[in-house]
Amino acid sequence: MAELYELTITEARRRLDAGDITSVQLTEAVLERIAAVDSQVRAYLAISDDLAMRQARAADARRRAGNATGPLDGIPLAIKDVINVQGLTTTCGSKIIENFVPPYDSTAVARLKDAGAVLLGKTNCDEFAMGSSTERSAFFVTHNPWDLERVPGGSSGGSAAAVAAGAALGALGTDTGGSIRQPASLCGVTGLKPTYGRVSRYGLVAFGSSLDQIGPFAWTAQDCALILGAIAGADPHDSTAAPQPVPDYVAGLNGDVRGLRVGVPKEYFVEGLEAGVEAAVRDALELLRANGAEIVDVSLPHTKYALPVYYIIAPAEASANLARYDGVRYGVKQAGDSYWDELERTRGSGFGAEVRRRIMLGTYALSAGYYDAYYKRAQQVRTLIRRDFEQAFAQVDILAAPTSPTVAFKIGEKTDDPLAMYLEDVCTLPINLAGMPGLVVPCGFSAGLPVGLQLIGRPFDEGTLLRAGDAYQRLTDWHTRRPALTAST
Amino acid sequence: MEYLVTIGLEVHAQIRTQSKMFCGCSAEVANAAPNTHVCPTCMGLPGALPYINRRAVELAALTGLALNCRIEHNNVISRKNYFYPDLPSSYQRSQFDDPLCVAGWVEIAGEDGTRRIGLTRVHIEEDTGKLNHQADGSSLVDFNRAGVPLMEIVSEPDLTSPDEARRYFQKLQQLLRWIGVNTGNMEEGALRCDANVSVRPVGQKEYGAKVEIKNMNSFRAVERALTYEIQRQKAALDAGETIRQSTRGWDEARSVTVEQRLKEGSEDYRYFPEPDIPPLRLSDEWIAARQAELPELPAARSARFIAAYGLSATDAEVLTADRADSEYFEQAVAAAQAQGVGARDVAIWVTGELFRLTKETGESLGDIHDRFKPAYVGEVIALLANGTITRTSAKEVFEASFRDGSAPAQVVHARGLAVIGGGDALAGLAREAIANNPKSVADYKSGKVVAIKFLVGQVMKASKGQANPQAAQAALEEELGRV
Repeated sequence: MAELYELTITEARRRLDAGDITSVQLTEAVLERIAAVDSQVRAYLAISDDLAMRQARAADARRRAGNATGPLDGIPLAIKDVINVQGLTTTCGSKIIENFVPPYDSTAVARLKDAGAVLLGKTNCDEFAMGSSTERSAFFVTHNPWDLERVPGGSSGGSAAAVAAGAALGALGTDTGGSIRQPASLCGVTGLKPTYGRVSRYGLVAFGSSLDQIGPFAWTAQDCALILGAIAGADPHDSTAAPQPVPDYVAGLNGDVRGLRVGVPKEYFVEGLEAGVEAAVRDALELLRANGAEIVDVSLPHTKYALPVYYIIAPAEASANLARYDGVRYGVKQAGDSYWDELERTRGSGFGAEVRRRIMLGTYALSAGYYDAYYKRAQQVRTLIRRDFEQAFAQVDILAAPTSPTVAFKIGEKTDDPLAMYLEDVCTLPINLAGMPGLVVPCGFSAGLPVGLQLIGRPFDEGTLLRAGDAYQRLTDWHTRRPALTAST
Repeated sequence: MEYLVTIGLEVHAQIRTQSKMFCGCSAEVANAAPNTHVCPTCMGLPGALPYINRRAVELAALTGLALNCRIEHNNVISRKNYFYPDLPSSYQRSQFDDPLCVAGWVEIAGEDGTRRIGLTRVHIEEDTGKLNHQADGSSLVDFNRAGVPLMEIVSEPDLTSPDEARRYFQKLQQLLRWIGVNTGNMEEGALRCDANVSVRPVGQKEYGAKVEIKNMNSFRAVERALTYEIQRQKAALDAGETIRQSTRGWDEARSVTVEQRLKEGSEDYRYFPEPDIPPLRLSDEWIAARQAELPELPAARSARFIAAYGLSATDAEVLTADRADSEYFEQAVAAAQAQGVGARDVAIWVTGELFRLTKETGESLGDIHDRFKPAYVGEVIALLANGTITRTSAKEVFEASFRDGSAPAQVVHARGLAVIGGGDALAGLAREAIANNPKSVADYKSGKVVAIKFLVGQVMKASKGQANPQAAQAALEEELGRV
């Protein structure tokens, strides 16, 4: 019988509802697992065990009183450290605000709390979510539970690794260019980047405001559906949170892909795509076809521009978003002779190299005389990229593609080569630029390391993505594989 | 050498809303303790997001309509990026490429008739916080003001003299207060003004180097600073010097402008569309609703006062300088007309006696409206017109009623100011005068008819001036007939 920390959310909830286990037992089991393995994985920046146990006891009390608040009541989850939880430090993986304690909850976290979730702690990430390996955290590197010498992906590597290691039943991450999907793929778990606007960004520390989305990690599409249902929907605090009603995602999981038209964009089978990754993805497509889906070749001709467009727009937005870290109101301030001297010292020493690089890129792209050639042009091309998707979705219901060209790579392998690191996200960036939702489900292994299948949907049609992902998981057992992680002594 | 002067004004006006531009904090920050009107959004905390105050947009559009602007359907909020400790996010949310209102004008009266001053644009933005400089050289930041809604009203370089610039700015203040979007209070910083000024020799086509003047906190300061700066530039040019594009501050105490910084090309604020606020699409219906919200403006009201009430241009101008004044006047007129008194008499009393009294007490007609009700003005004039009181008494009644809000009729009654126009009281006074002045009676009886004038004078004296002289004479004639 599986350990409690290995349960899916759906199964844990069934046992909680049946009275077989309590949230306190479940939470204790996960906290013990964290204590046992996190010194190797290092998924967590901070563990909020007091808060978690308090919430677990409250959840048990509600359930005993017959007042369980919903599908997440008593379920222990982890939160990426760019998402504010009132009273817990939000570092964003950065020295510059390593002491910032937010006085308010992000909307997503407030909604998780309302749904009864138990919050285990804050997970590691690349500094301000800028990176694809979690090596850019200012504090430490997170290790891939499948091979501790390898990266978990990033930037939400801590959240992905926490779920993969049994150190959380689910987690919130954020995805600006692939930061949920690529680590989900590399850690062999399921991850969903919702449509831009599906989940409120209020309380998510901004990186690229027109690209950022909060989304769930869990073992299964069904679990992701549960979390998405809890956090999605309009928010008066976020003008970009969409008013579209939130469907019952779990109710839509009927296991049926017959007649589902699945487009396969040829541009996503890129140069540098590892053979083992391509094979796993092609096998998954074949399985969907065998079960009644219609596989259609499609083209997204502007895909090749996505990387340069992304690396203008995201840094441009970041250059403004990160300008507030001046040491005046919060964060770490370096003393100096004047405001300007303090500003330079604070920002010069507080930000890591990758963050500084992107701030400079973005500042340049927005500068007078360059704006039209870079930022404005990038926005125009972004429109073309979005149109590619709209045209594809006129023919098909969803798209299917690789997530990352590679499996998890060795720690340190790409840190000296920013471009190689940026290419990790070549299959995920365009989806953020277009604002579409993307779901990653484990679809096999290459050289003993997980591979994820990326499914891309129409805006606000997470339902179809989750249905396809769930159907695939009813046909496969990749999502039931667990890394052979042994407790450190 | 002869020079041409070119001036353009950039006016920043706080928009009177209950809450701030992009969060729910109260915008009533004038006298609040530091950092008490703040929240994650206006403090620029990590993760906080803006959400736009729709009323602020409506009021800015209303302003644009009052200034004869076109309201744009597509509105984009942009980020203006610069570092300063009073700017919480290190960018100001403003408008750049797509301002709310464009291509307007206002008319100002001058010696040589009315001049139309062009307006480039009116856009919305958020105010910054405030630095409070301490004696030890440090500065404290108060973020109460951060996020208060602002409009920037940019004129065309149409102004040709400091006097004209001041009158334009005063006109703007009048209009903004009139439509209720701004308090017009310059001491509290609710209304602020920067000026761009250049001079060039007559005959030169291209403008001279533009100098921006900041820190002018009154109408007088605007006029004085511009006068100084124009003289400075002319003198420099006369001396063969070059004027450099720069920013200067007005030093009120020393009455000079002081160079703050040179502008090497234009500053680079790296504007780009604010991704946290979707573009505002304003429909024709929305704009029509703003148009419907626009009250009758001073120029139209002044013209109507002239046409409908027969006022002089000067009186009409004075009575429409302030919206509350003009409304008070109209209500007084309505009350007066109901009692058969004309509007011109009301205008005389309001611009004369009432403005004298309010000037003395420092009140506006809006302030006194509930005490000295507009109807009272009409009542006093009617009492005078129908002979109930004398002109002297009318002034007394007017002032007494103004002071404590008593109804004029009540004052007349309480103070016994009603003209003694006949009846027993007057007859009694007449008999008294006859009894006390036998010589005059004898003179009258002997045919010296003019002797009655003396007796009338005695009755008037006894009545403390409240008797109507004609009525007094009639009463005397009647009583003398009985002697």
